[in-house]
Amino acid sequence: MTGRALDPGAVSTSAIRTEGLVHVYDGATRALDGVDLAIARGERVAIVGQNGSGKSTLVRHFNGLLRPTEGRVLVDGADVADRRVAHLALTVGLVFQDPDRQIFAGKVRSEVAFGPRNLGRRGAELEGAIDAALVATGLDKDAETNPYDLGYSRRKLLALASILAMGTPIVVLDEPTTGQDARGVERIHRIVAELSASGRTVVAISHDMRFVAEAFERVIDARRADRARWLPSRGVRRDRLADARIDVP
Amino acid sequence: MLELTGVSYRYAGYATEVLHDIDLRLADGEIVGLVGPNEAGKSTLCLVASGLAPASVGGSLRGTLTLDGTPAAGLATHELAERVVVGFQNPNTQRSGIAATVFEEIALGPMNLGLAVAETVERTREAIERLKLEHLILRDPQRLSGGQAQLVGIASLLAMRPRHVILDEPTAQLDPAGTRLVGEALRSLAGTGTSLLIAEHKTDLLDGLCSRIVAIDGGRIVIDGPTGEVFDDPRLTGLGVERPARARLAAALATRGVEPGVLGGALEDATR
Repeated sequence: MTGRALDPGAVSTSAIRTEGLVHVYDGATRALDGVDLAIARGERVAIVGQNGSGKSTLVRHFNGLLRPTEGRVLVDGADVADRRVAHLALTVGLVFQDPDRQIFAGKVRSEVAFGPRNLGRRGAELEGAIDAALVATGLDKDAETNPYDLGYSRRKLLALASILAMGTPIVVLDEPTTGQDARGVERIHRIVAELSASGRTVVAISHDMRFVAEAFERVIDARRADRARWLPSRGVRRDRLADARIDVP
Repeated sequence: MLELTGVSYRYAGYATEVLHDIDLRLADGEIVGLVGPNEAGKSTLCLVASGLAPASVGGSLRGTLTLDGTPAAGLATHELAERVVVGFQNPNTQRSGIAATVFEEIALGPMNLGLAVAETVERTREAIERLKLEHLILRDPQRLSGGQAQLVGIASLLAMRPRHVILDEPTAQLDPAGTRLVGEALRSLAGTGTSLLIAEHKTDLLDGLCSRIVAIDGGRIVIDGPTGEVFDDPRLTGLGVERPARARLAAALATRGVEPGVLGGALEDATR
């Protein structure tokens, strides 16, 4: 992944901004090759692009799970290099693509409670955040279930609920609709809309172009952000998408 | 032929069965799509049809699974793997965890069939070429993106040249180009007489690939028929299954008095 997707006007209000971001795995695999992008506060942005183009690598920089090999990442205007992951968790919630890499608790409710409790929520505030996240994801009847007794699609929703309960101003979703049936996709669409209505910034990686077109305002092509910058989803151009190996909705 | 007769299944530690009275037959060379809402039992049916449940997973099964006339119940896991392979929904579950490179990961299946080295290498190369994975062969299988891991998992199955293939959402994490590659590879595998059962939410893929669609809900088969008929069945929407773009568009045109026939093959062309 390389290139620029910057809106010069949005710099001062950027929720997330990367400058010349490079990430090299094991000194060999260059997953990000100088990415400049800016995502404004309150924006709903989808990141699309072919498999292996560096989309997941990119978003793991937003909450400090990965650190730049070169370049900078700014969250709310501050360089994340100076901030620990636990500190960034107050601002950025990241839902993993693979729920099984996120889930560890023995009960659905404890899983959802872990994040907000670690952010210092207690009592009615904590319980309220858990309940709201369980209702939003439709898991309220499964609160006492062991997460591994849930099917894959509901484990995905549980991973999402765990992040929603943290109430972070920035929510990042890595392939949120995989494994979901039509109702599940609709539910995630609704969650994105509600997050956005409450002023939160939502960033999602997705191959599901119908979901992208319906739920997001702007699309970033992960392979060549320079060519596809600031495409509103309604105006996504067929030739550019075909070029990035993406289906036209 | 792979055949499930009167199959009901209960996971170990569960009080109730999650599959009920499943009768399903996959003829040689047939590709059958499996659809249904979340938690309908699709993944469980994949485990049962591949013999992994109960052979590996435990639990209790009523009814029978037979593979080319041989009851699966008497077969050891390695004997099952010679007859039927399964691709899990999560490619991280599929990965062996013992291969240092993608090439070795894909070669692991044929190697364990006891094939000669030359044959193993030839099959591995063919699977790599088919899914265009040449640029990944020296990579650590643990350090792949989700979509790459899914393609490597499918290549591992192709390299075994199996008689029967069960796939649980094989393209969930793939971009459209990867999805099409997998579709072509599966069609070509079916051409060699392999039977396939594919659980997928991407009904556009199934529409172009399958001769038959089976819909399940609550652990029971509720619709089973030719692809065109099932995807035109309005009950699917009630099951939370999104019908293919072709079927949705045709239905929308029909309500406005336009016969889809007047468009010739344009609908199919636009959605494939």
